[in-house]
Amino acid sequence: MALGDSTPKIDGLEKITGAAVFADDMRLPGMLHGAFLRSPHPHARVLSVDTSAAEALDGVHCVLTGKDLPVNYGVIPVAMDEHALATDKVRFIGDEVAAVAALDRATAIRACRLIQVEYEVLEPVFTIEDALDKTKPVLHDKRRKATNVLRRVRQRYGDAKQGFEDADVILEDTYHYPGSTHVPLETQAALATWNPRGQLTLWTSTQNPHYLHRSLARVLQVPQADVRVIKPHVGAGYGGKCDPFPNEICAAELSRRTGRPVKVMLDREEVFYAHRGRHPCRMTLKMGIKRDGTITACDFQAWAPGGAYASYGVVTSYYFGVFMPLPYKLENYDFTSHRLYTNHPPCGPKRGHGAIQPRFALELHLDKMARAIGMDPAALRAMNSVEENTWTCNGLRITSVALQECIDKVVAASGYADKVGNMPPNKGIGIAASCYMCGALHGIYQSEMPQSAVQLYADRSGRVALYSGTADVGQGSNHMLAALTGEVLGIDATDCYVLEADSTLTPVDLGSYSSRVTFFAGNAAVHAAGKLKAVVADAVAAKLECDAAELLFKGHRVYRESDPEQGVSFLDGLHLAEVAHGTLSFVGHYTPPKIGSRFRRQSVGPSPAYSFTAQVAEVTVDPETGWVTVDKIWCAHDCGKAINPVVVEGQIEGSVYMGVGEAMLEHHDFHGPGGHAGPAAGLHRAPSILEYKIPTVHDTPEIETIIVESNDPEGPFGAKEAGEGPQLATVPAIGNAIYDACGIELHAAPFTPDRVLKALERKARADQKAAK
Amino acid sequence: MKEHVLTLSINGDTHRVLAPSNRSLLDLLRIDLGLTGSKHGCDVGDCGACTVMVDGLPRLSCITLAADAEGRQVQTIEGVATGGRLHPIQIAFDEHVAAQCGYCTPGIVVALKSLFERVPDPSDTAIRDTLGSNICRCTGYTKILSAAAQARDVLNGRV
Repeated sequence: MALGDSTPKIDGLEKITGAAVFADDMRLPGMLHGAFLRSPHPHARVLSVDTSAAEALDGVHCVLTGKDLPVNYGVIPVAMDEHALATDKVRFIGDEVAAVAALDRATAIRACRLIQVEYEVLEPVFTIEDALDKTKPVLHDKRRKATNVLRRVRQRYGDAKQGFEDADVILEDTYHYPGSTHVPLETQAALATWNPRGQLTLWTSTQNPHYLHRSLARVLQVPQADVRVIKPHVGAGYGGKCDPFPNEICAAELSRRTGRPVKVMLDREEVFYAHRGRHPCRMTLKMGIKRDGTITACDFQAWAPGGAYASYGVVTSYYFGVFMPLPYKLENYDFTSHRLYTNHPPCGPKRGHGAIQPRFALELHLDKMARAIGMDPAALRAMNSVEENTWTCNGLRITSVALQECIDKVVAASGYADKVGNMPPNKGIGIAASCYMCGALHGIYQSEMPQSAVQLYADRSGRVALYSGTADVGQGSNHMLAALTGEVLGIDATDCYVLEADSTLTPVDLGSYSSRVTFFAGNAAVHAAGKLKAVVADAVAAKLECDAAELLFKGHRVYRESDPEQGVSFLDGLHLAEVAHGTLSFVGHYTPPKIGSRFRRQSVGPSPAYSFTAQVAEVTVDPETGWVTVDKIWCAHDCGKAINPVVVEGQIEGSVYMGVGEAMLEHHDFHGPGGHAGPAAGLHRAPSILEYKIPTVHDTPEIETIIVESNDPEGPFGAKEAGEGPQLATVPAIGNAIYDACGIELHAAPFTPDRVLKALERKARADQKAAK
Repeated sequence: MKEHVLTLSINGDTHRVLAPSNRSLLDLLRIDLGLTGSKHGCDVGDCGACTVMVDGLPRLSCITLAADAEGRQVQTIEGVATGGRLHPIQIAFDEHVAAQCGYCTPGIVVALKSLFERVPDPSDTAIRDTLGSNICRCTGYTKILSAAAQARDVLNGRV
């Protein structure tokens, strides 16, 4: 099998036979089970916590409160505003107040109910207006700046004022993107145990074992060397398992205090409150354009009420601005964003982090601009595409780009050009394009050390073992590492064994976020495999008495290119190399290039490469009920190089699926949004899989995937990301298709029947007025 | 809670388990017997990850009392591959890479096996209707549907 052939994943069978072990499948002798007492108030001061009745309950071994874990943490070092258990205040319904370890989970839950907490209830802050209102209570009142604005980012590039003066048409509108949550099918679970030397091992469902490792050492006040984080199989994350979570910290502390293994899992309702999902976002977008389609200026403002803690919110506030113009050429650009604290579960990163919301606004807006200047929306996008080997106005280095090819291919496959404006009544077609990063140049903490590494060990049996800190959470990164290694060495991916995400055994990788793993860890694997290849080549060349540069590694053989008969098996090559070199073990690593930016402030957002996507959606709108059916999505994605096309297709299909969910159904919504403090204010409106609507097989349209390969000069064998970018264009493509179907502009998602009907009524009234 | 000795047939093996009356079949499988292939995604019957077969019919084991499975044949994902041989559904899932994170996969494989045993040559629509009870959050169902269709065709000797 060669790179670029579709093959089963090297670790697929475990998942299909039930053998794959996830964190909650694990148990250790003497294991205790944990549970949380959570706040019933969205905003309150904790005056006292009485745990005596809980401690007295038969079967209870330990009760923790905030005073037991006094050290703050948070994934982003500049915004460490969390405690595992409330120390002074609770800031959302569901905020953790106490944790119990007991013989079984039912006893732990019963014990939680016996804990007496005295609260001083405070006025909650729920809305953008409240969060900006300086007379309202401040959630984090001990912050240096006593305000509910976590971060305001303002960036200006070029001369927007001049750009608007140069425009033929200027349009401004407001857009609302809803909050949504990940709903990985596996709920979070963590199992902790300490050895007699005071060293912790924690198995946990995480996407970012390395950042968790650092947080655990900090909060538990132990050296990092005494903490071992292991990620078993993880039932997906989509960004929802990127933060360090209280269940991980409390499992460790409960285990330390009881001297027994402790598992703390979350139930489904708790996961809805743990959240860290999509930021809801209000956006105003003003855009100037010339009649020839040149975009002359943009002014973009965003307000995101992001919940009770910062999580990745500082990054989100930058991403809003960084990803708004991409993938288009733009010289004059003003941007302001606000990430706000509110008394809701904290928002964080969800697939397409920080890019989904601005993409929604811009792609809907672009169709309006196209209509205003009488230009084909597909052509307008194609002519404005960023070009290879250029820089954007906000200092991003663009290398490989195949957006025009993506647009051409979805247009051809879908018949967009003939269909747009010409479909039968209430049927419509829409297009949108997007761009996403392949990993962040900068990790969340300042460091010039490699951001990814792979330790390769070639056994004399012929097996090549790869040890990597990467976290495969279903996206297929284990297979990616094996396939790239196999390609370098002329062996199959299945000849490689991957041991991943064990902080004691595997070299650091920063984690499965920002679509970084293929680009960063993939390059590290290629680096390591290249070192082994050089040593084997030297040993084989010595035996064949030829030049090492003449040798090919292919089909489990090492041979002279000029005379394939002259060669040895890969296994014999390993043996020759082990004799000549000693035991064969090599480390590869990847440090992103130091890409000088013209803008010092622009440290959040730049990536070594960017993926590009174009999508077309076809819909049917029922004017009686307002129900929108997405009939089909075509998605062309520039992933650089498809290492394993069937896996890339799966990432694209999954991304589009999640986009369809956000477009049509999903809303992470709470009672009492107006800030009127009723008893239910701040409660989740839909904290179960039944109530929070995610697409079933019946709600998912046919998805036609088109892989486009631009062969990035710095990607491993040219590869870029495929797991997030394809989601960005789905929602606006559907929105633009709804306009094509019935002439209504929807400025808020999801596109639910009530919104569609209201817009249809507004349109009917406007049409009537115009007819008079 | 009153405890009872339950006698259950799981994947052809007879197990006697002392369990409280409210023990769910899923908890009995996972906690008492260590058969952790069946997953809990919600514990209230919303997601389908816990699907097992009881007398050949798909059942959400998280909302089935273990006591109700007494005297019936229970089959879980661990019983789908027999004698070390993968079932055609499993081979198809592997070839189509229909499992990403794999958390929903055991329930889906069991649901399909039940369908194929009851309806030997189901239509694409019948396959979709069966999968309507199982949430997959990773794949967009595309690869699952193509794998299911392949398995059906293999089982009917067409491939």
